[in-house]
Amino acid sequence: MAITEPIVEMEDISIEFPGVKALQNVDFRLFPGEVHTLMGENGAGKSTLIKALTGVYKIDSGTITVAGGPRTFTGTADAQSAGISTVYQEVNLCDNLTVGENVMLGHEIRGPLGVNWRKTHEAARVALEGLGLGHLDPRQPLSSISLALQQLVAISRAMVTNSKVLILDEPTSSLDANEVEGLFAVMRRLRDQGVAILFVSHFLDQVYAISDRLTVLRNGQFIGEYLTHDLDRTQLISQMIGKDSQVLAALGSNRGRGVVDPDARPFYSAKNLGRRGSIDPVDIDVHAGEVVGLAGLLGSGRTELGRLVYGADRPDTGEVLIDGVATEVHTPTAALAHKIAFSTENRRDEGIIGDLTVRENLILAVQARRGWARPLSRKEQQELCDKYLVELNVRPADPERPIKNLSGGNQQKVLLGRWLATKPELIILDEPTRGIDIGAKAEIQEAIATLAEDGMSVVFISSELEEVVRLSERIVVLKDHRKIGEIINGPEVTAESIVDLIANEGRPEAVAEAAGLELVETEESVA
Amino acid sequence: MSTLLERPTSGPARSARPSLLTRLKPNLETLPTLAAVLIFIGMIVYGEIAYGRIVQANTISNLLINNSYLIILAVGMTFVILTGGVDLSVGAVIAISSLVGVMLANAGWNPIAVIVLMIVIGSAFGLASGILIQFFNVQPFIATLAMMFLARGLASMLSTTPERLEDDSPIRALSTEWTLIDGPKINDLVITPNVLIAVVVVLVAFFVLHRTRLGRTVYAIGGSEQSALLMGLPVVRTKLTIYVISGTLAGLAAVVYTSKLGIAQNITGVGWELDAIAAVIIGGTLLTGGAGFVLGSVVGALVLGLMNVLITRDGSIPPEATTIITGGILLVFVLLQRLVVSRKRKT
Repeated sequence: MAITEPIVEMEDISIEFPGVKALQNVDFRLFPGEVHTLMGENGAGKSTLIKALTGVYKIDSGTITVAGGPRTFTGTADAQSAGISTVYQEVNLCDNLTVGENVMLGHEIRGPLGVNWRKTHEAARVALEGLGLGHLDPRQPLSSISLALQQLVAISRAMVTNSKVLILDEPTSSLDANEVEGLFAVMRRLRDQGVAILFVSHFLDQVYAISDRLTVLRNGQFIGEYLTHDLDRTQLISQMIGKDSQVLAALGSNRGRGVVDPDARPFYSAKNLGRRGSIDPVDIDVHAGEVVGLAGLLGSGRTELGRLVYGADRPDTGEVLIDGVATEVHTPTAALAHKIAFSTENRRDEGIIGDLTVRENLILAVQARRGWARPLSRKEQQELCDKYLVELNVRPADPERPIKNLSGGNQQKVLLGRWLATKPELIILDEPTRGIDIGAKAEIQEAIATLAEDGMSVVFISSELEEVVRLSERIVVLKDHRKIGEIINGPEVTAESIVDLIANEGRPEAVAEAAGLELVETEESVA
Repeated sequence: MSTLLERPTSGPARSARPSLLTRLKPNLETLPTLAAVLIFIGMIVYGEIAYGRIVQANTISNLLINNSYLIILAVGMTFVILTGGVDLSVGAVIAISSLVGVMLANAGWNPIAVIVLMIVIGSAFGLASGILIQFFNVQPFIATLAMMFLARGLASMLSTTPERLEDDSPIRALSTEWTLIDGPKINDLVITPNVLIAVVVVLVAFFVLHRTRLGRTVYAIGGSEQSALLMGLPVVRTKLTIYVISGTLAGLAAVVYTSKLGIAQNITGVGWELDAIAAVIIGGTLLTGGAGFVLGSVVGALVLGLMNVLITRDGSIPPEATTIITGGILLVFVLLQRLVVSRKRKT
């Protein structure tokens, strides 16, 4: 594999932003026919390195060699014409157009009568077939296919331009296991055709499943380049976070502490809470000091249930008791008044306000509760910032920096701080650890565990079952927009037992028996 | 892998070329345009039953002749709105362009040179809007609003009284009436060169939007400008181009209107940009961009034109109420669009 010349070689790359050394003397090389994963925490410089390669950022020093010659690109389009295509985490296609148009945009086949759509769609079909997507009709609208398939369409678009280098920036963060497998099949196929693939992912399992080689970055510095099979996971994690991974392991001991008396009056209790077309009626209780995990596959109704509890969507059935008092929570305002907070899974669109500073983002919810007539004084704002930036270890701890300049993990910490500042008694966290690195993940998990210990009720939603199992006291399992069971967490519960429950949902008792689990009776599971 | 591959297509895999029927089946994107066509037909049927003499050659001829300038404006506006922008300057551009044209023609300029200059004035305003939007990061609404005030102000500086084009000016030849079918009494099928210009503009626009990379980039920008950029499409060039197209067509509309009326004034075209926007929206183009058809905008312009005809025929509706009805129709279509967008979100 390494006999050939690298197709991309970046040497001694440094990039400095005002006040931050984003990259310092980083080396990176990419060979044809390999999958090379770029590893590092958020803020380690992975995205910066990719943007340096594609010319989005200007490098301050260092050289970039592509296919034997020195090159500097002026942007995505320029890099693309040199054979370097990028597929981003958020699918960057136009969902108002058809699949074929998206594949061929800018490369439509033209005849004397302008674009020849028959030939163009044919070419799109060939490109899709090349990735094993021959069954996709190029004439169907992009919006009609799943996100995972859209991602593959984006890759076939890259292949139309005959790319020699394919950059996949966190392509798997919103895919489920099957979809990831499909993506990997495509990646292997391309690798075997000699395409050099630069892969970024936060999921260690995926990294080990697909990559041939790893480059680790930390704090903008080059830590090392390794063959994947030479480096085990523990070593890799230590390389990435620079501290012992014991911290992570220690978190696991929190689960199933059994501190909550199941017969005590729950802080939040809902009976038959549901909304037509969103989620079937569900019973859910959350005690003070308890973390209730919502587990299920993408689209199982996890987020929908969280939004109903918060009143972001108006429930059309069900009764809610808060502290034993019948209450209507039909709007977020009502939820906040009852000390219920909700942190969205959609950090970029529904969470942060990118152009505002960290401070302004942090105080938003508190200020909203107080009303505009009583603005927080500068001193109060500063106190909030001091408290939460330190408590949640936000880096850089600069309250006046626009939040969009922070890494995803740190943005998430600020969001958490925003809701904690309202002193909620129940906080719903929808995918608080999605798309962030393992260090920040550990910190956020730690913060959640601490909050529960301090008596806060937490509803925790995550697509990573390991994480749900690690943190939750009880786990509500959802499938196809209904609750199929509820598990009291304990040492014998693993991610696999939840997967089994979902897979065999018709016979939850049998599964529970087989796995030796304690299953809470629910009407749904019997029905 | 297999589940991934099997999930997306419902039912058996379709053949590479779907039948004509499935391709014509109304989908969410064509629905608003289809609705516009239905409303147009409905108005014709209603008019014919209630007032008579609608489906006949001279009514249709007049509809086309009187609205050819609006059709041209609506075509230009379609390009802009498809990218998610808006051009508020077109009405004022018509005022300055036609005033300059009439004054120079009366001063003895070569009519061809005058016409070219009138169109170029439009292009120049479009280019200025485009540059403001693209390189100075000004909102399209604000940039074209500024151009609107500039154009209107310049026109008022030139003259505040109606300037009459001499009756024997060759420019007026553009509104020569050619009788195609000599019907009984005045019921003739008549067209003018202006109508032909409008038809050519529509056909060229259709070709550009659906058969050139420029056109596809317009749709892509409307779908997601960020994505279009990351896909390496020439976003900057395309956005400049569409504002130039809009301005140029405003200049052309000025030529068409001036040749028909023979008068130019600084208050010509007040509110026409809004008529053009209304035509585009009624024709089914989404205000947020990315979906719509130039032929829809033509139907939209004709709906507005026919509405005026019907109101005149009715006689009991005061002409002042026209704008209320226009507003009502517009509202219905915008609500329809909201429905389409919300349905699309759910799927």
